Amino acid sequence: MAAGGRVGLSRAAQPWHSAANAAVPMTVLTETNEIARGDSAKAGRRILLQAEALRREAGGRIIVREASFALTAGEVVAITGPSGAGKSSLLRLLNRLDAPSAGRVLLAGADSAALDVHELRRRVGMVMQQANLFPGTVAQNVGYGPALRGVELNADEVEELLGTVGLAGYARRDVAALSGGEAQRISLARTLANRPQVLLLDEPTSALDDAAKLVVEEALRAAMAQMAGACLIVTHDAAQAARLAQRTLLMQGGLLRDGPEEHAPGGPSV
Amino acid sequence: MFERWVHSQVTLGLAQAMVVCALALAVAWLGHLRKLELGRETLVALVRGLLQMLAIGLVLVWLLKGPAWWSVPALVAMCATAARMAQRKVKSVPHSYWLCLRAIGTGSAVVIVTMGLMHVIAYKATALVPLGSMIVAGSMNTCSQVLERFASDLKLNAGRVEAALALGASSSEAALPYARNSTNAALIPSLNSLRSLGIVWIPGFAAGMLLAGSDPVYTAIYQFIVIAMLYAASGLTALVAASGYEQTAFEEERLVAQR
Repeated sequence: MAAGGRVGLSRAAQPWHSAANAAVPMTVLTETNEIARGDSAKAGRRILLQAEALRREAGGRIIVREASFALTAGEVVAITGPSGAGKSSLLRLLNRLDAPSAGRVLLAGADSAALDVHELRRRVGMVMQQANLFPGTVAQNVGYGPALRGVELNADEVEELLGTVGLAGYARRDVAALSGGEAQRISLARTLANRPQVLLLDEPTSALDDAAKLVVEEALRAAMAQMAGACLIVTHDAAQAARLAQRTLLMQGGLLRDGPEEHAPGGPSV
Repeated sequence: MFERWVHSQVTLGLAQAMVVCALALAVAWLGHLRKLELGRETLVALVRGLLQMLAIGLVLVWLLKGPAWWSVPALVAMCATAARMAQRKVKSVPHSYWLCLRAIGTGSAVVIVTMGLMHVIAYKATALVPLGSMIVAGSMNTCSQVLERFASDLKLNAGRVEAALALGASSSEAALPYARNSTNAALIPSLNSLRSLGIVWIPGFAAGMLLAGSDPVYTAIYQFIVIAMLYAASGLTALVAASGYEQTAFEEERLVAQR
């Protein structure tokens, strides 16, 4: 993505700096047994998302085993592990696309089970492995989330969001004519349009070739660079985790544990 | 040509039925050659249809001579059977029989009662049973088409549905494009019947009314009423079926059907 293609978001379209974010209660991570505690947490940053002993059982199998971690404001964390480890399943518990069998998720200190599920999903945005764009134009896709709550994005706001993912000028294009990488970036812009506090990325580049993967990573970096929120990326690509995230958690057999090392150098500056 | 050799009307009918069955089986064989696999279902449907019509012929003799209220249990039984047949296409849906029964029963009952109160359908078995059965049959076809299409579209588009849910859409909003497609597709035959009425086809009962000496203009209006009535029943059935399936496909704003 050309750097010149990125433009700053106006107040109306800023995904990570909403006034609502400032109003939510702040929680400081103090527990000493959290596996996902990073330096930023130690420094007393506000916890945006916290999973407490999340468990998911389905079809007689335990898919996620008592997973606990916390994401603090401005943090980018990767979860890696082999296929079938439960990474995506864990992500789906965080925005209640699946129901946990046990445990809970706290969003800015509030139990997410007590939140309106639509509101939770707007605040915890998710980009999936496949772009899953809706038939129609790029602008219609980007405006879908706000339109659900009666907000119509104007052309400038759509352009700014598209600029963030390096696709300025694409608003009127039919999504059927997009490449895989472009579609995935539109999917990212569509999620950002809801101004989420937490961004969940479920293997967002696994269906793409190497060239498209790098372009999408660049778009992700651009979005993350503007965030005051947090980002959790699931990937089976350890190198990608190192490039995008500040720290990595490993998941295997449904168990979540600390990654081999924290790797701030490759991650975005926050 | 059979009249030369066959003198009993029933035997004549059976002979004619055999010829039609042979024609239908020939079509099924052509389908088999093109790997469309119509054979087994066609054969079963033909045998069932013939036996059922023979049985119903015997029952009708008794039913149509009885009091009007006998039509009610007869129509209820037709709805129950229609629900069982419609349900076969969507066995994987939880409580699919009750879902079909609710949709077919609602669509049929509302229209039959309304038309009965307006004296469009006379309160006598000879009118209630044949017209009611047409309505139930139309509702059954619509119900199975809606459910089959809706279920397969949701399965094919599970990713898009979940993407919509993840963006904050309600289950109704996420499923809307597929509910719309399935109801529209299922209502195409009924809509075509309405559109082509009097131009492409004239319902058989109109000829009967004319032969019985009805006013031709009233006969024409009555034809329209009956076809519109069939459309209303199918439309209501489609709405109830789609809404009912949506309730089973989602649970607490999560897609749980066939993911």
